[in-house]
Amino acid sequence: MNWPAFWLTVRLAVIVSSLLVVIGIPVAHWLTYSRWRWKFLVDAVVALPIVLPPTVLGFYVLMALGSRSPIGRWWESLTGHTLAFTFEGLVIGSLIYSLPFAVQPFAAGFSAVDPRLLRASASLGQSPIRTFVRVVLPLSKSGLITGFALSFAHTLGEFGVVLMVGGNIPGVTRTISIDIYDRVQAAEYAAANLTALVLLVLSFLILSLVYGINRRPWAMGAWK
Amino acid sequence: MSEAAPASSRSSDLEVRIRKRYPHPEGTFHLNVHFRAKPGFTILFGASGAGKTTILDSIAGLDGPDEGRISIGGEDFVDSEKKVNVPAWKRRIGYVLQDLALFPHLTAEQNVAYGIYDLPFADRRRRSREILRTFRVEQLHGRHISEISGGERQRVALARTLITEPRALLLDEPLAALDRRAKSHIVDDLRAWNRAHNVPILYVTHSREEVFALGEQVIVLDAGRIVAQGPPHEVMRAPQLETVAQLSGVENLFDAVVIGIHEDRGTMTCRVNRGPVELETPLVHAKIGSKLRLGIRAGDLLLAIETPRGLSARNVIPGKIHKLEQRDVIVSALVDCSGTEFEAHLTLAARESLSLSEGRKVWIVVKTYSCHLMSA
Repeated sequence: MNWPAFWLTVRLAVIVSSLLVVIGIPVAHWLTYSRWRWKFLVDAVVALPIVLPPTVLGFYVLMALGSRSPIGRWWESLTGHTLAFTFEGLVIGSLIYSLPFAVQPFAAGFSAVDPRLLRASASLGQSPIRTFVRVVLPLSKSGLITGFALSFAHTLGEFGVVLMVGGNIPGVTRTISIDIYDRVQAAEYAAANLTALVLLVLSFLILSLVYGINRRPWAMGAWK
Repeated sequence: MSEAAPASSRSSDLEVRIRKRYPHPEGTFHLNVHFRAKPGFTILFGASGAGKTTILDSIAGLDGPDEGRISIGGEDFVDSEKKVNVPAWKRRIGYVLQDLALFPHLTAEQNVAYGIYDLPFADRRRRSREILRTFRVEQLHGRHISEISGGERQRVALARTLITEPRALLLDEPLAALDRRAKSHIVDDLRAWNRAHNVPILYVTHSREEVFALGEQVIVLDAGRIVAQGPPHEVMRAPQLETVAQLSGVENLFDAVVIGIHEDRGTMTCRVNRGPVELETPLVHAKIGSKLRLGIRAGDLLLAIETPRGLSARNVIPGKIHKLEQRDVIVSALVDCSGTEFEAHLTLAARESLSLSEGRKVWIVVKTYSCHLMSA
């Protein structure tokens, strides 16, 4: 078991899914309530990582972060090193890669909130921001939990983007999924199996936790 | 009560002038109203689709009129000319929505305290307990909305709005789901509250009963326009216009042509539905040959099983019972009089004692002043 890789991965997943709560809530809010006619294009862009091969996504992120791109140069002037093949670069790539897994459950939660409650809140003197915090967020709790857990689990298991953007630097960008790949390449099946098992169990636990919290005890039986 | 209100209360009148058009399944809908509501109850009465809820939404700021002006005590919330449009949450207008829209994730007390979030906790608690007591639901404070009954929800919704001390109160059929007793209790509580606050209360309903029970003023709406306005007994008792008649429960509506004018008696003779039935009606401003509409309430018709004699009523028409139907505690009889069908309402006891049945020959008796004439 490669513990440095394990903890690196957990650290990455915690940072990415937490940042996605901060970024995802405003994005989901905009996607839910905006009346802009071209909104569907933004919807499509947000959903792209679900369908794109991770290598394609990783390739473009690498290009965008490299020292030839404005973002890469700006970062270099700020910190003295490039974004590509660093942990920070990995975070950015993972944010984009897992964005839909946070935004879509958030947006589904927001749009499930009865709009009449928002009207009532306004007539009780509460500003749109307060209404969002006091009514929409609490009532979308399960969507928020789902989005957080899915983006966490998705980051935990990513491979293609990490390999493209981060390379395979032990302690910096080597995550467990890459570690598993390395072990298999080196024919160390027992070690690969152990790590894979840890990832499997961890993912299962996270999903069970989500579905357990969101369990609806009053769900009706199958329709007969 | 509105007449007795002190002159200073004029300053809190709600004045509404709204024009709005929007697409509707049956063509474009035009809303065009202008009225002033004094402190106290003003009823907005009309069939569904008449524009009542749109008016309330516009006043509350949840919907914008195309053009118009809305103000309370001279302070504008909407003025399309000056491009004023105060957002809903800054208007301090209380609005109890038809479906109440209580917050499901909060308790009754948290719901009530929702609009006074800026006060310190102790004040919030004191005031919310106080108003829950006023509306007799203080025992529910810790319960969630899903755990309380329909009538209790209505009270919590009212309390939640009133605690914010609104400058005007909009009620969209808030009592529609309640039985009569529960309704009159809440109305008493509301009146008591308003004796202390004295704000304009716009109350939307399509129940005739509520108009008489609550209204100091009633505004009758039809298809986006005000068709009548005034104290309920004036507006509702003597319908001047067909729409009012239809809405206020006149079951018999006929086309009528004036065929005789008897100025000496103050009456006219009208032929109903091209005859042969003729009725003596009150005299209105009309000429021989004028086409009018004639309305008679089913409850104003008498039925006789023998030729009636010695009556003051001027209209006695033979006919045959074509259908007899019991509805709750009244019996509705459809009587065919040579092709013109009248609907009469009787008590159960009357049906028994006359042993009425379908096919029976009867006489309909109509007092002259039970005939209401309207322009066609």
